[in-house]
Amino acid sequence: MAHATSHGSGASHGTLRSYLTGFVLAVLLTGLAFGLVMSHALPTSTTFTIIFVAAAVQMLVHLRSFLHLDASSAQRWNLAALAFTVVIIVLVIGGSVWIMFNLRGRTMGETRPAATQITTSTAPAAHF
Amino acid sequence: MSTSTTTIDDLFPDELFSPADGHGDHDPEANVAFGFWAYLMSDCLLFATLFATFVVFSGSFAGGPTGRQLFDLGGTLKETMLLLTSSITCGFAILGMQRQARRHVMGWLAVTFLLGLGFVAMEVSEFAHMVAIGAGPDRSAFLSGFFTLVATHGLHVMAGLVWMLVMMGQVSFKGLSEPVCSRLRRFSMFWHFLDIVWIGVFTVVYLKGSL
Repeated sequence: MAHATSHGSGASHGTLRSYLTGFVLAVLLTGLAFGLVMSHALPTSTTFTIIFVAAAVQMLVHLRSFLHLDASSAQRWNLAALAFTVVIIVLVIGGSVWIMFNLRGRTMGETRPAATQITTSTAPAAHF
Repeated sequence: MSTSTTTIDDLFPDELFSPADGHGDHDPEANVAFGFWAYLMSDCLLFATLFATFVVFSGSFAGGPTGRQLFDLGGTLKETMLLLTSSITCGFAILGMQRQARRHVMGWLAVTFLLGLGFVAMEVSEFAHMVAIGAGPDRSAFLSGFFTLVATHGLHVMAGLVWMLVMMGQVSFKGLSEPVCSRLRRFSMFWHFLDIVWIGVFTVVYLKGSL
């Protein structure tokens, strides 16, 4: 029949149950993150950590429940591609943040307000 | 695929790619799904570069408004719920497709379309408001990064809306044939992927920016 050939990898079959479970978990995690930030209930650094952990967990929930990604052999190549992508994402974002904030610390550390000292013709851009 | 004498299949036999269970690569649907997955992963990398740019510029207000002054988290929460709900209604359309329930598919696709349209409408009005109060992309590096990242996601959602209209047309006129079902599965992957990117956007841009 129409769906008899689609047992392989990729968007494999979900069930109503898996969609609903994923949806409830996603709503709870979203609510937790927004609630913490909007209520200022916890110290900023704690909230910061929690919202980023909640986001990571919610992404996993979506991958599992909505995109039906799992550890089965049929999904091996999808998982391999995802793992490779995650490595690149960590390198791109982590590397950029590390380099640029390090540079900012070195070049604009104590003379931050005195940007006018750098009297180049590209002064507006020096506000980086 | 090919029936010619020396094919790429001779050089790269299927066993090379699926040593364990062997049936995966004989399933064209699985290959198409993997190809589309590869596109989604490359799109992930596009977003990663935009996230990196945004984060680097996230403190560069140039004397202009900060995220805390600009963002209305209540509105962002509504946008988030619209997109999240559209993700599950898209899933319901796929469940209907598996049962060959055409009206079910059309109905849930229509609901998904309206939720996605609501998301885009909220985002466009947010952008229009920001530009109107002088907080457009030209105001500061922070706002350039903001508009580039968030609008790129918004454009993806708009592309998804167009795709959805095309699919509703195909379901109406062609029925739930195997090619149409295959496209619907690709579409659902795309739509769920956009929701995952949005988790990153609301966390990195809106929530962190409002801390």
